Amino acid sequence: MNADQAVAPEPTRRFSVRLREARNLGLVGVLAVLVLIGALTEPGQFLTTGTVVLVLTQASVIGVITVGMTFVIIGGGIDLSVGAVVALATVWATTRSTQQFGIGGIVFTAVAVGVGCGLVSGLLIAYGRLVAFIGTLAMLASARGLAIQLSQGRTQTVTSSNQALVDLGYQDSYVLGIPPLVLIFAAVAIVGWLVLNRTTFGRRTYAIGGNLEAARLAGINVKLHTCLLYVLSGLCCGIASVMLIILTSSGTSGNGNLYELDAIAAVIIGGTLLSGGRGTLVGSVLGVLVFTVISVLFTLNNLPTAVQQLAKGVIIVLAVLVQRRASLYSSERTTR
Amino acid sequence: MNTDIRRRAFLTGATLAGVGALAACTSNEEPPPAAATAPQGAQDAPGKRVTVGFAGPQADHGWLNAITVNARAEAQRHPDVELVVAEGSNDAATQSAQIDALINRKVDVLVVLPADGKQLTPAGRKAMNAGIPVINLDRIFDSPQAYRTWVGGDNYRMGVNAGNYIGQQLNGQGTVLELAGIDTLELTRQRTQGFDDALANYPGIRKVGRAAAEFTVPTGQARMAELLQAHPQFNAVWNHDDDQGVGALQAVRQAGRSDFLMVGGAGSKAAMEAIKSDNSVLKATVLYPPTMAASAVRLARLLGQAKGVSDLAEQEIPASVTTFSAVVTKENVDKYLPVSFE
Repeated sequence: MNADQAVAPEPTRRFSVRLREARNLGLVGVLAVLVLIGALTEPGQFLTTGTVVLVLTQASVIGVITVGMTFVIIGGGIDLSVGAVVALATVWATTRSTQQFGIGGIVFTAVAVGVGCGLVSGLLIAYGRLVAFIGTLAMLASARGLAIQLSQGRTQTVTSSNQALVDLGYQDSYVLGIPPLVLIFAAVAIVGWLVLNRTTFGRRTYAIGGNLEAARLAGINVKLHTCLLYVLSGLCCGIASVMLIILTSSGTSGNGNLYELDAIAAVIIGGTLLSGGRGTLVGSVLGVLVFTVISVLFTLNNLPTAVQQLAKGVIIVLAVLVQRRASLYSSERTTR
Repeated sequence: MNTDIRRRAFLTGATLAGVGALAACTSNEEPPPAAATAPQGAQDAPGKRVTVGFAGPQADHGWLNAITVNARAEAQRHPDVELVVAEGSNDAATQSAQIDALINRKVDVLVVLPADGKQLTPAGRKAMNAGIPVINLDRIFDSPQAYRTWVGGDNYRMGVNAGNYIGQQLNGQGTVLELAGIDTLELTRQRTQGFDDALANYPGIRKVGRAAAEFTVPTGQARMAELLQAHPQFNAVWNHDDDQGVGALQAVRQAGRSDFLMVGGAGSKAAMEAIKSDNSVLKATVLYPPTMAASAVRLARLLGQAKGVSDLAEQEIPASVTTFSAVVTKENVDKYLPVSFE
C-alpha cells in the first residue's frame, strides 16, 4: 500500500514537492554564491578541476554518512553515534589481526562493525523503547570507549601488504579523472535516492516520521522499520569507514570526531525537518557540498578556523529560517 | 549531571560487552613497553619505598597514550616505587575527584598531567597543603603554589627549531606553509609564535599559508589537501603534530606532490620511520618527548626519598625541568627512535 498517499492528498503533495525543489534551488544558489566568492578571491586556484575533485573527495566520507542520517531523521529519529561508530570501525578494521585477512578482511570488518552498531542502536530504540537521542548517545559513548581500548590510543596504519587499498586514494586510481571515493559516494547517494523515492521502504520511512500512529494503523511494522533505519545508518558508517581508511591510510579512535554534528547540520540545511516526515536526499547532498566548499574556501583564502565555524553557524540559522517560512505555506500537510 | 544517561550508557555498554569480548580476540598483541631508554641516573640504588600517584589524560591520542605508557614503564624499573594510576580523563571535575582520592590514599608524591591546568590548580594546591609534593606534568598549573616541580615540553622552541631547520634547508630563500594544531590551545599559539620568530631570521622566507588541523588524522588529510590545492608552489611545510601528519602525508601522496620538504612535530614512530627510510617529503620532526612522564616518575621517586639529582650542584630537585625540542633528521633518527611513540 502507499502510505504516503494515504497521508497526503495529491494536490498538496505536488505543492510541497515544488516547495522542496525551491528550497534545493536556494541551496544551489548558496553554492553558486560561494563559488563566486571563491572565483573572485582566488581566481587562479578556485575555478579548476583540482578544486572540484578536492571538494567532491572531501565531501564523500561525510556525504555517505549523511545519506544514512537523512533516512533516520526523515523517519523521525536521530543518530548521534555516527562519528564514534566510524572511529570504532576504522580502528577495528586496522588492527593487526584483522589486517592479516587482507583488504577483504578490512572492508568486511569495517562494514560489519558499522552494521552491528546500527543493529544494537536499532534494537535499543525500536524494541527497548529508548529515546533515539539517548540510545545513540549511549552508542556514541560505548563505541568511542571501545575504539580507544582497542587501539590503545595508537594510530594504526594500513600495512604495506594492504597498500592496494590505500592506493585507491591516489591519482593513478582515478576513473576518467574521478576519484574512486567520489564514485562510491555517488553510488550510495543514487541508491539511497532510489530507495527513498521509488520503494515501499522509502514511503514507509516518510509515513513513520510524519505520523507514527497513522503509520501503525496503516499496517506498517513500525518497530522493525525503525530498527532497520539505524542498521542502514550503521551500514553507511561502515562504508564511510572504509573510505576514511583509504583517505588517511589509518584507523584511530580520534576518527569521525563531530561527524554527527556535521551530518545532522547538512541534513537540516538540506531541508529535512528535524521532527521527521519530510526531507530530500538531494538537499542533504547539497548541504554537505555547501559545508565542504566553505572549508576549502577558507583554507584557500588563509582565513582562521574560528571564522569558518561562525560562517557555518550563520548558514545553518539562515537555512532553518527559510525552511520555517516554507513549512508555513504547506502547514496543512504537517498538521494532518 | 545526567545519571540517567550514564545508566543507559552503562546498559548499552553491557550490550556491547559481547562485542567487547570479540574485540579482545581480534585486538593487537600487547606492544613491548615503549620505555624510555635514556641513561639511568646515579641515584638508582634502591631506597625507601615510595608510592607515586599518577593522574593523567584520557589516552585518545598517540602522544597522550605514550605519556601513561612511559610513566608505567619507568615505575616498573624501580622496585622501590609503587605507581597508583587513576583512570585517564579529559574532564577537569573527574580528574579533581581522582586527585582527592589519591590524597586520601596518602600517596607520597603526586604526578599530574591536568586536563586543564587552570581548572585543576585548586586540586594541586590541596595536595601540596596536605603535604604531598606535586609534580606537574606538561600543562602547567596557574600557581607555583600548586606544584613542587614542573616537568614539561617547550612548545615555543618547537616552533623556533622547526623554523630554523627549514630556514637552513632552504638556504634562506622560499615560501613556507604551516599546518597547525587546535587554534584555541595555548600550545598552538606558542608553536606558531616560535615558528614565526625563527622565520624572521630569514628575510628571504615568506609564510604564505596556514591552516589548523585539529590534531586528528582525517582533519590533517583534509586541511593539507586544501593547502596543496591553494598553493601549487611552495618550498616547505611545518606540521605541528605527527598524528595529524599521518593524514597530511597521505594528502601529499594523493596529490602526487614531492616538490617541497615537510617537518613534523612530537616524534611519532611512524614519522621517525618515514624520516629514516627517506621515501616521502617528511625530512624531519621536532621532538616533544613523552619521556617527560618517565622523568616525572623518576623525580617523584627522588623527592619521596629526599634525594637530589646528580650532575647538578643543587641539593634539592629543581623547581622546573623543560625538555629540549630536538630536531630529528635522517642523520640522528636512530638516536631518537627509542623515545618515539605509536
